[in-house]
Amino acid sequence: MTTQTLDAGRPLVRRRPLRLPWRGGLQGSEYAWAIAFTIPYIALFLAFVAYPVAFGAWLGHEPSLYTELAEDPIYQRTVVNTILYVGIAVNLKMFGALLLSGFFMQRGWWVKALLLVFVLPWAMPALPAFISIHWMLNGQWGLLNNFLWLVFGIDGPGWLDTSRWLALGWVILSHIWKWMPFWTVILLAGRMAIPQDLYEAAEVDGATGLTRFTHVTFPLLANLYLVCTLLSTIFTLGDFNSVYFVSGGGPALSTHVLATLGIRDAFEVARPDLGVAAVLSSLPLMIPLVLILMRKLRTTEVTL
Amino acid sequence: MSVAVADVHASREGATVSPLSAARGRQARRIRRWKAVGAGGIAVLLLIWTLVPLYNIFMVSLESKGDVFTNTIWPDQPSLGSFWIVITEGYWYLEHFWEQFANSVYIGVGTVFFTLAIGSLASFAIGRMRVRYGWLLSNAALMTYVIPASFLAIPFYRIMQIYGLTDNLWSVIAAEVTFATPYAIFIFHQYGVSIPIELDEAARIDGASPGQVYWKIYLPLMAPALVAVGTYALLLAWNEYLYQFLLLSSKESMSVPVALAQFFNSDEAPWNYMMATAIVYSIPPVAIYYAFRRRMSAGLTMGGVKG
Repeated sequence: MTTQTLDAGRPLVRRRPLRLPWRGGLQGSEYAWAIAFTIPYIALFLAFVAYPVAFGAWLGHEPSLYTELAEDPIYQRTVVNTILYVGIAVNLKMFGALLLSGFFMQRGWWVKALLLVFVLPWAMPALPAFISIHWMLNGQWGLLNNFLWLVFGIDGPGWLDTSRWLALGWVILSHIWKWMPFWTVILLAGRMAIPQDLYEAAEVDGATGLTRFTHVTFPLLANLYLVCTLLSTIFTLGDFNSVYFVSGGGPALSTHVLATLGIRDAFEVARPDLGVAAVLSSLPLMIPLVLILMRKLRTTEVTL
Repeated sequence: MSVAVADVHASREGATVSPLSAARGRQARRIRRWKAVGAGGIAVLLLIWTLVPLYNIFMVSLESKGDVFTNTIWPDQPSLGSFWIVITEGYWYLEHFWEQFANSVYIGVGTVFFTLAIGSLASFAIGRMRVRYGWLLSNAALMTYVIPASFLAIPFYRIMQIYGLTDNLWSVIAAEVTFATPYAIFIFHQYGVSIPIELDEAARIDGASPGQVYWKIYLPLMAPALVAVGTYALLLAWNEYLYQFLLLSSKESMSVPVALAQFFNSDEAPWNYMMATAIVYSIPPVAIYYAFRRRMSAGLTMGGVKG
């Protein structure tokens, strides 16, 4: 085994392509070591990713499933919900995180303390939080309506069980509540990585306030913001917990998204093929996202 | 408080003579004051936004059974009775609580161990030994990272039936490890770049085998990344619901979130017990998060920031 193995087109280490780290390359018994080191991951990938993916593709390969889905009014509503949910939740969340990361850049102990409180929704498990929100929005006994009644004398509506748009709106808000802290922390770290002298130089050139943001901060943060938005889009597309526990897909199955509808079809309606088809129908959106993201994440690593 | 500080600064500036700069100082002072007021307003809004759902959990958990169905925003007689019921398993829905809690811990610890082991071995082979098809492995990991877990749940469930692992904690551990390992490889790889490869070379010249390099040099130097990824894997396993719900069915093998959701879906739901359970379940991850917060955000940002 010789040295030509060493630069076999590996993008992850392109930074030092000509170094020969293990001089002389892998030899003899080191092969056995390399195999032993990689076998666990290869086995994991084949058994729990490749096999399920292939199996899922096989389950959902019948074209008739897709015509069946397309004619189903619940599915049609679900597609609209998914687009609204992902589109609104991701953009509000990321834009909020971008602004808040600027807010948390301020000095002062109270800003740090506030950040500690602010990340609580992310640190705590999803399920207790969403169950709590579900109960808080109960029309009869929930905290929100109790508050409205005691303070304003208003009889609030059933937030989750009267209107589709109201319920979907609360699902979106709950998702943002849970996940905005995470992205805020990421973008905050991104802002902190910007060297201070850039700002000083910009100040000398007369950039203040908004121009400082548009000409210094945002250009430097743009790539990170894009990667985070794409990642968050995929994660939101697969988000099961917010919808399942806050609205439960109700009222009358009108707020399902693809992730929850797939599980419902597969396990409550006992049609796994239909469930897989529902999930697979998001592929036209998923594939370009995944391709862009994989390329971005890889090149991001190279330029670090 | 910060208003006062801003004022001190402003007046010090204003003191530097000339009527023009005094006027400018006044204006600057006004702007600063408004900024401080704005920041305070945002802070208050953020606090309310963050704390209301959490307040709701605490409030309901302190209520007695009758209080739950009243129109109060604070219980008449707050009591810790619900927590006592949870701890002593004093309600039929909670009769296996500690067993289920132990299951959650078992899943969490198993996930952390295997994620760290498999992830560090693979990233050592890819990044340090530079095996020939390493790029394939890292692409496979990257792909797994960007597939939403819930999209794989249906075939995964069927496959676990084929493997004969349903209602078995190991099936859940397998699922969590599958979805945590790609992130581990990603982070280990990036962190590993900062460790000089000369160390490996020196050890090899002294006759160390790859196994020894991995165990005695690579792992100790990777400790910060291991802590970050371990915390991440634990939180992931603790947060995850769907796979645990699908794969665990009997009361004895259930984890806490599954039991909680069962509770939630039953018609007669004693919300005060449920919220007390939720709090007990939330304490470990929150405590661990705050304990390892700095290291964790270091790890997270390594993944995201270097753009």
